Amino acid sequence: MNTLSFRRKAIDTGMRWAFCLCAFLVILPLFMIFFDLVSKGAKELQWSLLTNLPRPVGEEGGGIANGILGSFVITLLTMIWSVPIAVMCGIYLAEYGKGRLASAVRFTVDSLAGVPSIIMGIFGYTLVVLPMKRFSAWAGAAALTMIFVPIVARTTEDMLRTVSQPVREAALALGIERWKTTLYIVLRTAQAGILTGILLAMARILGETAPLLFTILGNQFWQTRLDQPTAAMPLQVFSYAISPYKEWHDKAWAAALVLITLVLFINIGARRLTREKR
Amino acid sequence: MPKKVSKNPKDRAFEALSAFFAAMVLTLGLLLLLVLLYESLPALRKFGAGFIVSQAWNPVEKEFGALSFIYGTVITSFLAILLAVPLSVGAAIFINDFAPQWLKKPVSLLAELLAAIPSVIYGLWGIFVLVPMLRSAFMKPMAKYFGWWIPLFKGPVYGPSVLAASVLLSIMIVPFILSVSREVLATVPVRQKEAVLAIGGTRWEMIRIVVGQHCIPGIFGATVLGLGRALGETMAVTMVIGNRPDIFYSLFHQGYSMAAVIANEFAEAADLQLSSLILIGLLLFILTFLVNLAAKWILSNLVKNTSLRN
Amino acid sequence: MNNVFEIRDLSGWFGDNQVLKNIHMDIAQYTVTSVMGPSGCGKSTFIRCLNRMHDMTPGFRTTGEILFDGVNINSEAIDPVTLRRKVGMVFQQPNPFPRMSVFENVAVGLRLNGKNWSRNGLAEVVEKSLGMAALWEEVKDKLDSPGVSLSGGQQQRLCIARALAVEPEVLLMDEPCSALDPVSTAKIEELIEVLREKYTIVVVTHNMQQAARISNNVAFFLLGELIEMDKSGKIFTNPSDKRTEEYITGRFG
Repeated sequence: MNTLSFRRKAIDTGMRWAFCLCAFLVILPLFMIFFDLVSKGAKELQWSLLTNLPRPVGEEGGGIANGILGSFVITLLTMIWSVPIAVMCGIYLAEYGKGRLASAVRFTVDSLAGVPSIIMGIFGYTLVVLPMKRFSAWAGAAALTMIFVPIVARTTEDMLRTVSQPVREAALALGIERWKTTLYIVLRTAQAGILTGILLAMARILGETAPLLFTILGNQFWQTRLDQPTAAMPLQVFSYAISPYKEWHDKAWAAALVLITLVLFINIGARRLTREKR
Repeated sequence: MPKKVSKNPKDRAFEALSAFFAAMVLTLGLLLLLVLLYESLPALRKFGAGFIVSQAWNPVEKEFGALSFIYGTVITSFLAILLAVPLSVGAAIFINDFAPQWLKKPVSLLAELLAAIPSVIYGLWGIFVLVPMLRSAFMKPMAKYFGWWIPLFKGPVYGPSVLAASVLLSIMIVPFILSVSREVLATVPVRQKEAVLAIGGTRWEMIRIVVGQHCIPGIFGATVLGLGRALGETMAVTMVIGNRPDIFYSLFHQGYSMAAVIANEFAEAADLQLSSLILIGLLLFILTFLVNLAAKWILSNLVKNTSLRN
Repeated sequence: MNNVFEIRDLSGWFGDNQVLKNIHMDIAQYTVTSVMGPSGCGKSTFIRCLNRMHDMTPGFRTTGEILFDGVNINSEAIDPVTLRRKVGMVFQQPNPFPRMSVFENVAVGLRLNGKNWSRNGLAEVVEKSLGMAALWEEVKDKLDSPGVSLSGGQQQRLCIARALAVEPEVLLMDEPCSALDPVSTAKIEELIEVLREKYTIVVVTHNMQQAARISNNVAFFLLGELIEMDKSGKIFTNPSDKRTEEYITGRFG
C-alpha cells in the first residue's frame, strides 16, 4: 500500500488551516463590531439617553427617546396592514396559487424582495410625501411595507407548503370547510414558522435606514402626529455618525447599541421560536 | 393544494379574499415600477441614453449624468465580490466538511447574525473603526511604497474610499454567499465524496474534486446573488465611500455610488435633479433585478431550497 | 337490512387512466366491509370516492352513482362538507393535527363545524369519543399534551376518536393498521369489533387475515374491477371467482 506522500499530506493540512482561517475571518468582523459597539456605546448608555430628546451640541444629557418612539410607531404602523396583506398573499400562493395570477404574484414577490431598500424610499416619497406635501410617518410606513410584505409573503407560502397533505385531508375528512381548514388547521400548524418570519422581517425593518431618509426625514422633537416628520433610531445613528462632533459620535454608538440590542433580541427570539417547536 | 372550484360560497369568498390580497401585492410591485418610470421621465427626456455615459453632476447648471455613480457602484460591488467569495466559500467548506460537530452550529449562527446587523451600524463601524484601521495599516504603507508606480495604490490617502466601501460591503455580503454556498456544497452526494476517500484521496483532494465537478455553477450563482446584494447596499457605502462623483483608478480614491447619491441628495432635490435621482433609482432597480434574476436562474436548477429565492 | 351505500356503475379516471371500472356494490348498515386486493387495484381510490375526498385530486373524475342513504353523493347538489361529517375517515398514516393537544384534536371537528360549544359540552364529547376509541384511560391525564406525542397506535386511535366526535354514520378506514405494530393493530381490530354496533365501517386492507378477522363482508378488487363481494366466511373458503381464489391462495398479489 502506498503511503501518502509528504507533499499531499502537507497540502491537505495546509488547506484545512486555510479553510479554518476563512471561517475565522468571516466571523471576526462580528466580534469586532460587537466589541466596538459595547466599548464605545456603553459609556453613553444612561437612562437619559432613553428618555430625553436630542439636545444641541455642547448640552449634556441629550437622548434618542423620540427616535425610539418613532421607530416603534412606524414599525407598528407598517405591520398593522402588512401582516394581513402578506399572510393572505402567502395563503393564496400556497393554497390556491396555480394560475397566471399566482405566477405573476410569485414573481413580483421574489423580485420585490431583491429591490434595494433605498428604492422603496423613492416609492414612499413619490406616493405619500409628494401628495401630502410633507414628510411623515405614513410615508415611512409605506416604504417599509414594500420591504416587509415580500419577506413575509414568501415565508408564509414556504411554511404553509411544509404542512403535509394528510393534515389537510384529515381536516377535510372531518367535514371542516376548506377555508376553515386553511385558516384554523393549516395556518395553525405552520404558525411558529410564520411568526418567525414576521419577527425576522420586523427586526429587518426596525434597522432599515435608507428608505426612511426622505420619507420620515427625522425630527429633533417629539412627533405627536403621524403626518409630520418623525424621528427613528437608525436615522439618528446615521446623522450623529456623520456629524463633525465627537460627543455626537458617542451618541451614535450608544444609539447603535440600543438598536442592535433590539434587533438581535427579536432576531434570536424569532429563531428560538421555531427551534423549540420543531 | 390542488384546486377545484368549490361550490361553498364561504370557500369561494375566502379564496377571492386571498386572491385580492395577492393581487394587491402584484399592484404594489407594478406601482413601484410605474412610479420609477413616470418620475424619471423628465430626466430621461432631457438626457436620453446619454445619461448613463455622462459624468456631469451639476445641480446649478442642471446637467446630470450617472456614469460616475454607476462606475462606483459596479467597482465597489465587484471588489466586494472578489474579497467575499473566496472567504465565504472557504468558510462554507470549513463548516460543512472540516469543522468538528460542536463548532458547526455556532459558526453558522454567528455568520447568520452578521446578516442581521443593520446597514447603518456597519456604516458607523466603518467610519470609526474600519476606515482608520485600513488607512494606517494598509492604505498609507501601500501608497507610500507602491503608490508611485502602481496606479491602483496611488494616494492621496483620505480614509473614506472605494477600498473601504468594498471591504465593508464584502463583510456584509459574506453571510449570503456563505449560506448559499453551504447549500450548494450539501447537494454533493455523500457517496461521491466517499468514493474519493475510498481510492485513497485526502480530504482536500475530495473537496477539490467534488467542488470542481459539482459546485462551480452553484458557487457562481451564490456569487451573483451576493452581487445583487452589494449593488443596492446604501447606508454603509454612503458612510465610507467618500461621496465624490469621479472616475478613478486608485483604490484609495473617494468615489460615489448610485444608492449613495440618492440617499444624500434626494431629500433636498427638486425638479430635474430629483427626476435624475429617480432615474438613477430606476437604473439601479433594473440592474439589481437582472442580477437577481440571473442568480435565481442559475441556482434554481441546482438547489431546490426555498431560502435561495433571494 | 338497510343499505347505507348503494354503488351503481361507478367508474373513475385519473386523467385518461381508468382506475375504477363499473363497480356495483351495496354496503349494509352496521356491518364491517373489507375492501381487499393487491396494491394498485383501486381499493383506496374506491373508498375515497365514498366521502368525495377526490375533490382534492386534480384530474380525477367519476361517473356513475353512489347512493348514500338513497341520495346520489356525486350529484352537484351535494355539499361534500356535509357529506364528510356523516362519512368519517381514518387514514393510513396516523395524522393528528401537529400543533394541537389531544383534547383539541378531538374537539376541533366540532368546534369548526359551526355551533358554539361550551367547554363542558366539548369535554363531554371528547371523553365520550376517546372512550369509544378505547383511548380515554390511556390519555385522560395528558389531554393537554400534543397529539403527536402519543405512540403510533395511540395516535391512530386518537384519529378514530377525532372522526367519531363529529358523530358520523359511516367510518371509512384506509389501511388503518399498515403503519402500526402488531399490538396496536390488535387494539384497532378489537375497536372495530365494538364500533360495528353503532357504525357502518368500510376498511381497506391488504392483509387477508385481518379482513377475515374483522369483516362481515369482503370485496375483492383487481385492476380497478370489483371481482367479487361476499360474506367473509364464504369468500375465504369458497370463492366463486378463480382470480379471487388465486389471490387468496397466494398465487399472486
